[in-house]
Amino acid sequence: MNPDASTIAAGAPIEVDLSPIAEGQDIKVFWRGKPIYISHRTKKQIDEARAVNVASLPDPQADDARVKSGHEQWLVVIGICTHLGCIPIAHEGSYDGFFCPCHGSVYDTSGRIRQGPAPTNLVVPPYQFVSDTKIQIG
Amino acid sequence: MSGPSDYQPSNPALQWIERRLPIFGLIHSSFVAYPTPRNLNYWWTFGAILSFMLAIQILTGVVLAMHYTPNADLAFKSVELIVRDVNYGWLLRNMHAVGASMFFVAVYVHMFRGLYYGSYKEPREVLWILGVIIYLLMMATGFMGYVLPWGQMSFWGATVITNLFSAVPYVGESIVTLLWGGYAVGNPTLNRFFSLHYLLPFVIAGVVVLHVWALHVAGQNNPDGVEPKTEKDTVPFTPHATIKDMFGVACFMLLYAWFIFYMPNYLGDADNYIPANPGVTPPHIVPEWYYLPFYAILRSIPDKLAGVIAMFGAIIILCFLPWLDSAKTKSSKYRPLAKQFFWIFVAVCILLGYLGAQPPEGIYVIAGRILTFCYFAYFLIVLPLLARIEKPRPVPNSISDAVLAKTGSRSTPMVSTAIVLALAGSLFAGSVDSAKASEGGDKPPGNKWSFAGPFGTFDRGALQRGLKVYKEVCASCHGLSYVAFRNLAEPGGPGYSVAQAAAFASEYKVKDGPNDAGDMFERAGRAADYFPSPFPNEQAARAANGGAAPPDLSLITKARSYKRGFPWFIFDAFTQYQEQGPDYVAALLQGYEDKVPEGVTIPEGSYYNKYFPGHAIKMPKPISDGQVTYDDGSPTTVAQYAKDVTTFLMWTAEPHMEARKRLGFQVFAFLIIFVGLMYFTKKKVWASSH
Repeated sequence: MNPDASTIAAGAPIEVDLSPIAEGQDIKVFWRGKPIYISHRTKKQIDEARAVNVASLPDPQADDARVKSGHEQWLVVIGICTHLGCIPIAHEGSYDGFFCPCHGSVYDTSGRIRQGPAPTNLVVPPYQFVSDTKIQIG
Repeated sequence: MSGPSDYQPSNPALQWIERRLPIFGLIHSSFVAYPTPRNLNYWWTFGAILSFMLAIQILTGVVLAMHYTPNADLAFKSVELIVRDVNYGWLLRNMHAVGASMFFVAVYVHMFRGLYYGSYKEPREVLWILGVIIYLLMMATGFMGYVLPWGQMSFWGATVITNLFSAVPYVGESIVTLLWGGYAVGNPTLNRFFSLHYLLPFVIAGVVVLHVWALHVAGQNNPDGVEPKTEKDTVPFTPHATIKDMFGVACFMLLYAWFIFYMPNYLGDADNYIPANPGVTPPHIVPEWYYLPFYAILRSIPDKLAGVIAMFGAIIILCFLPWLDSAKTKSSKYRPLAKQFFWIFVAVCILLGYLGAQPPEGIYVIAGRILTFCYFAYFLIVLPLLARIEKPRPVPNSISDAVLAKTGSRSTPMVSTAIVLALAGSLFAGSVDSAKASEGGDKPPGNKWSFAGPFGTFDRGALQRGLKVYKEVCASCHGLSYVAFRNLAEPGGPGYSVAQAAAFASEYKVKDGPNDAGDMFERAGRAADYFPSPFPNEQAARAANGGAAPPDLSLITKARSYKRGFPWFIFDAFTQYQEQGPDYVAALLQGYEDKVPEGVTIPEGSYYNKYFPGHAIKMPKPISDGQVTYDDGSPTTVAQYAKDVTTFLMWTAEPHMEARKRLGFQVFAFLIIFVGLMYFTKKKVWASSH
């Protein structure tokens, strides 16, 4: 009952062009049937994400461990709440990050859990930069 | 099923079979001669009611499966086609969907009855545990069945419930992938759920056979909790229990028919009339009412794994009930303290169900935690403790003593139980309603609709005017893709002739093909064609409308709702108020205001609407006074347009509504007579036994 060959093949890596995304905007792409948020963070958002005392977080993780160095403005996370799999809404909630409408989990501008029942941060999918304006997810 | 039978059929053909397969003896000893305690009350008829419901679910389900397509792209449409085009498909679907709820109503009564009268105690432990297994199977079947229509709530319910398994340490993620057959809920998930949903009812039927077998070995418990001792304590199953059960089933059918014919969507969720969309989570994910208490337990525990364990534990703990409650007295009738705690427990379950439908915030979370504690405390603290400290009242010597003692004084608990259970049912059911989202929008005013109530019919004039408004105004952005031109000539609709419908269709251009040269071409519409949609796909619709796709209107009056709130949803079950959708649509069309109230900011490209959730709607004011001309002299005002087009959209959402209500009246007339006949037959049969 595990995924069949065609499902696995359809889950191959995809490339996303980042150039049309303006600062402060984000897009949602689908990879393996999962929504992936790619946010072009503003300076303020990056500073907010970096100003937190990491040890005080429910799932401690520094912001630079969640983005690629040299590309700090880009946050790429799987848009699936780690609680029960709903899709959080971007740019909502008291931390300017993501807010899950199902059970009220709040994530910050780095996709880290700050409030609510979700146990862990939003997952960062495997990806790398193939050029300055293009990433490959998967 | 209890020992060999000495029954011999008189017919030689039956004798021939009986010598080779003693099936008639089995039936005779199990359902005819079987001794049943003579003091059973009506709570004991729920076993028969449950068997009846299982049979109904299997029969309607098999026929529905003949018309259903288990494919993520086609499932939603195939369910709509069942309702619209299959002969009596609307009836089959309502019977099956409402039947699931009624099945659970009956099983909860059955379980609480077992709890109250101590039916799980020695020697009926295995019987009880088999019952818990059936209940678990029912929950799995019900959940998977709810996924099949592939609406928004189906999809997101499936996502949330399958994600529960990701809480399992180490192997959680692999289990979830195995359940999905992919990387997210999708087509493979739907296919396997369909397969299992077809299989599990037969597994349930198998376990029911074991359940009945165990019952007939241990014998039935009874309200006094003393085992039958002499022949005087029992009556033969047939005719006594048979006729009583039939009377019980007939009464239950009245309740069942009330929902099938008059309130088929009351127990469901409006969001499930929106096709599944993996990119949008509904504002509130609410399971079906029968899971709500467990959902509340899940949410009140802040830790994910612990929450899942508590939720499953709440059901599994029932298996240990025979050993947790070690009191010798079975029936709570003779246990003054246990009786009170039982009713507190019932209240706790009802309140948990109510909380399960509320948003998880503020006071609801705290209340949920307290009640979750109470739930478990009943099993783990109260029952073991009561068994040690309670002093039960003396139990009658035998069943016949109990019957003689009771003659003349009908017990009052029956009345209070009935009240509490009626409250329970409506509170549970309605709490789904109250969870339906419509935050930040004003309550739409109620309207007087011609189609409301048990005898409601569509106003033909309004339907025809509404069609005109749709065609001239709405159709430029909104599709009506489930409605075919031929529907316009069908009974219960706008009342056009077949020729008129065909003429109406021919005004449309429909894409067809490919032809012999392999090209697509356009031709004039035919009666069998569906209303063409204004945009080729959702993305085009989104792009052309500033990011918000105009929804298809075929089902809009059923797919929209608003919060009725406590206690209105309880009254609604009796008054048959179910026009939230039409009220909302009509209000929305009239809810535009140029002056934005203070404190509300409307983003660029959106408009202020008083009734839209969040108030910022992308659709500009769609219609103004005098925009559409009416031939019949009706006022050409926005209010009239709104009313007409809403009536029309109610018809597109449920073209067979008039047939449903008409048949409902006939069924009720029949059932009431049938119930009466059953009652007097039962009275006659039992006359000598009381």
